[in-house]
Amino acid sequence: MTTELGMPTVLSGLAGVPHLGPDDAKQTRKDFTAGAEVRWCPGCGDYAILAAVQGFMPELGIKRENVVCVSGIGCSSRFPYYLDTYGLHSIHGRAPAIATGLVTARPDLNVWVVTGDGDALSIGGNHLIHALRRNVNLTILLFNNRIYGLTKGQYSPTSEPGKITKSTPVGSVDTPFNPISLALGAEATFVARTLDSDRKHLTSVLRQAVEHRGSALVEIYQNCPIFNDGAFDVLKDRDEAQARLIRLEHGEPIRFGVDGARGVVRAADGTLQVVDVASVSEEALLVHDAQNPNPATQFALSRLDEETLSHVPLGVFRKVSRPTYDDLVRAQVSGAQEANNGPATDDDLAALLAGRDTWTVAD
Amino acid sequence: MEDTAAVPADSSRQPNDSRIRQIDSVVIRFAGDSGDGMQLTGDRFTAETASMGNDLATLPNFPAEIRAPQGTLPGVSSFQLHFADHDVLTPGDAPDVLVAMNPAALKANLGDLPRGKTIIVNTDEFTKRNLAKVGYSASPVEDGALESWQVHPVPLTSLTVEALKEFGLSRKDSERSKNMFALGLLCWLYNRPTEGTERFLNTKFGRRPEILAANLAAFKAGWAFGETTEGFAVSYEIAPAPAPSGTYRNITGNTALAYGLVAAGHRSGLPIVLGSYPITPASDILHALSGMKKFGVTTIQAEDEISAIGAALGASYGGAIGVTTTSGPGLALKSETIGLAVSLELPLVIVDVQRGGPSTGLPTKTEQSDLLQAMYGRNGESPVPVIAPRSPADCFDAAIEAVRVATKYRTPVLLLSDGYLANGSEPWRLPAVADLPDLHVEFAQKQDEAFRPYDRDPQTLARPWAPPGVQGLEHRIGGIEKADGTGEISYDPDNHDKMVRLRQAKVDGVDVPPLEVDDPTGDAEVLVIGWGSTFGPIAAGARVARRNGIRVATAHLRHLNPFPANTGDVLRRYQRVLIPEMNLGQLALLLRAKYLVDARGYNQVRGLPFSSAEIATAITSLATEGGLELSSLEETH
Repeated sequence: MTTELGMPTVLSGLAGVPHLGPDDAKQTRKDFTAGAEVRWCPGCGDYAILAAVQGFMPELGIKRENVVCVSGIGCSSRFPYYLDTYGLHSIHGRAPAIATGLVTARPDLNVWVVTGDGDALSIGGNHLIHALRRNVNLTILLFNNRIYGLTKGQYSPTSEPGKITKSTPVGSVDTPFNPISLALGAEATFVARTLDSDRKHLTSVLRQAVEHRGSALVEIYQNCPIFNDGAFDVLKDRDEAQARLIRLEHGEPIRFGVDGARGVVRAADGTLQVVDVASVSEEALLVHDAQNPNPATQFALSRLDEETLSHVPLGVFRKVSRPTYDDLVRAQVSGAQEANNGPATDDDLAALLAGRDTWTVAD
Repeated sequence: MEDTAAVPADSSRQPNDSRIRQIDSVVIRFAGDSGDGMQLTGDRFTAETASMGNDLATLPNFPAEIRAPQGTLPGVSSFQLHFADHDVLTPGDAPDVLVAMNPAALKANLGDLPRGKTIIVNTDEFTKRNLAKVGYSASPVEDGALESWQVHPVPLTSLTVEALKEFGLSRKDSERSKNMFALGLLCWLYNRPTEGTERFLNTKFGRRPEILAANLAAFKAGWAFGETTEGFAVSYEIAPAPAPSGTYRNITGNTALAYGLVAAGHRSGLPIVLGSYPITPASDILHALSGMKKFGVTTIQAEDEISAIGAALGASYGGAIGVTTTSGPGLALKSETIGLAVSLELPLVIVDVQRGGPSTGLPTKTEQSDLLQAMYGRNGESPVPVIAPRSPADCFDAAIEAVRVATKYRTPVLLLSDGYLANGSEPWRLPAVADLPDLHVEFAQKQDEAFRPYDRDPQTLARPWAPPGVQGLEHRIGGIEKADGTGEISYDPDNHDKMVRLRQAKVDGVDVPPLEVDDPTGDAEVLVIGWGSTFGPIAAGARVARRNGIRVATAHLRHLNPFPANTGDVLRRYQRVLIPEMNLGQLALLLRAKYLVDARGYNQVRGLPFSSAEIATAITSLATEGGLELSSLEETH
């Protein structure tokens, strides 16, 4: 059952955000680079992500003063300090909650949440799934390095089972979260994965995410050179990557590997399987449908991923249109004001205070 | 059964009618099963009483369970109303009349009813089974156990069913109107008008004519029963209370608080954004504000308490007035975000409608035990202004004051209401909208030089409020310590010391009116000082003590942080200071520590407001004897 909410269904994530006019100076990467000295460790994957964001922000053509970056706590959450926009470095795990209030109050802002695997999936897990289900107009960058960095090396909710860390000297016994599966389970409207070292792919995915109206979750595999170095090396080695990375394209049959020799098919039991294309007909290959409102197949794709990174789907898993929480909330407020023939007046307030039953005491 | 049409259109009788006795005040308690509609009955009686111009105060008291097992003690719900021809300060110490709808209601409330007072019992519910449920082996109505009281046994249920037989309702449906029968009877007994309730029923059941007719008939039958039954030979009349001229309404604390926030938004020109998570007894504020959209009020029912305050703070960062509402357990969860708001120096209003604690405690009962949590319940040196309303109607002004302080000083403000204020009600003289405080706010303006988000106003020490969207004011701030002025991250030891002291000085410097003392004779030796909802009981208790010749002064702290500048002078002016609180001495701890005075606590945590008699006794003990009897009170520290 659906209710006609009277909302335009396909709007850009940037609708309502003031754009640069013809007389405004063209923005460059430098405009988005804050003066603060960047203090991530040498070799940290965060540098590449920051460079990609600073590089493509000017292309959006929106006013820099209408961009806000909200973060929680962790290495990734220092991100706002390095972006010369408005920035709010908040508390552990709560960035999606704070951003929800900000976006709801201010439709003219382009709001980003920058978070990590500990921040978003452990202490802030509740806020993340609720922001996603509400479809708040936010772009959420989840830097996943599978470790706690800022607290110096404890296992995280995405660390692989058996992981030896400072807090798990004989191995982690936790079953990890798959962030993509989690987001799809929460019925996020935009879910994607990319890689810190692949600038072109990263930029392309981020651009789609920011232009999506609603909660866009982008998981970025990101290397921590100090506490979990090389976690994604197999995805960065040319030959290894070719055998493992499944680049998803909406409307295309899912093929990967050397000369596209490998592919994904739906097995008789409904699950997805990786096969040699030669062993099946090309028609049997699964065609990726990111726009299917039912997330079941997108979820099945996310389950191809394993801790060993043997098959890693990359790209946009899901991109569907659904009215956003903040648009709907604002529509109710503006609807009430329209029904009132404008914002409430002093007389409206006096009538509210008086209610229905009053009595008068004379002098 | 008499003709139910016997109720005259104008139910007030001639003042010289010998069957009417003039009294100056009365306390009525309606008590029944949770499903008996006692809160509604009490609300209606209150509305009729308010329209008579009596001053009044109410105390609803209900279980946390929505429907505890029928007929049991845990399921008893009650509503107490005190009304008089003079100003009423409390919902009344003890009832003059107890309406008991079943044996459980009688048993649960009889202990509060002084001997000689009146009991109206619904005898139909005094069945063997219902009596056994609460441990009565025989009916106390019949076995002489109630000899010391004036008992009116009324078969309320069967009279109601009889009055409704022509409507063709099931017996069960007919029985449900018995609360209206009881209301009609009490309206007759105390000369309340009936038009308001008839109008109310018409609105409530307008679309269900058979239910409307049944309720009206039951209400009129109850009225007629009083008029024609010899058992009630006399009815009572309470003259209107003298009150300043104006237009009045009756209002509960939660409604007044919600309206205060709406009014503050209106007078500031800024939208109110409420982030809230349902919690007793604060949820009614969320309900009220969610219906205020035309006033530019946005409500976000968040996934948890932390998200609720997060959303409110995010909205404040964006230039709205962020508000979050909760009770004690929720305040505990919000602590970290309040700390962030202290560090960000952004306006935020946190409403804590206190209830019995610790932990889940007594969700539907009142307490004042979150004062120290409000003051200190955060990591680091994290000062916030604390304001507490003193009565249900005062919640309106206190909410406006909280917004004023929050926006002027760019700080989170804690507003401490409590369960008694939240659900209790009193007459409220409507303010003129134009007379409400002007809360206009200036945001930071575009400028040419580099923006310094932590430069301060020399008077208030407030920093600029710079919501996103203004070119040239782009800045990054967070919970990490900031350099004075620039707001950039700073780990410098001297800077941190300075910033901690600046934040403290800002809150210490909040403009707070001086503490006023009520000392009618001017030579009191004892001062009673309180905060929050003990205002009424303290004033009433002092009035009783003065009548007994005790010279006692009273003072009330509306601002708990900072305290009024003259607080220490006032405390030191009296040889003895008494601090009644519904906790184990939290204000006493603060005042003793700050002003080095030997103030004594008088403390109860029973989930109920103090009675004026208890306060009067405590005052008398301290005044006449100087401490020996009070030693038992002191032990509660």
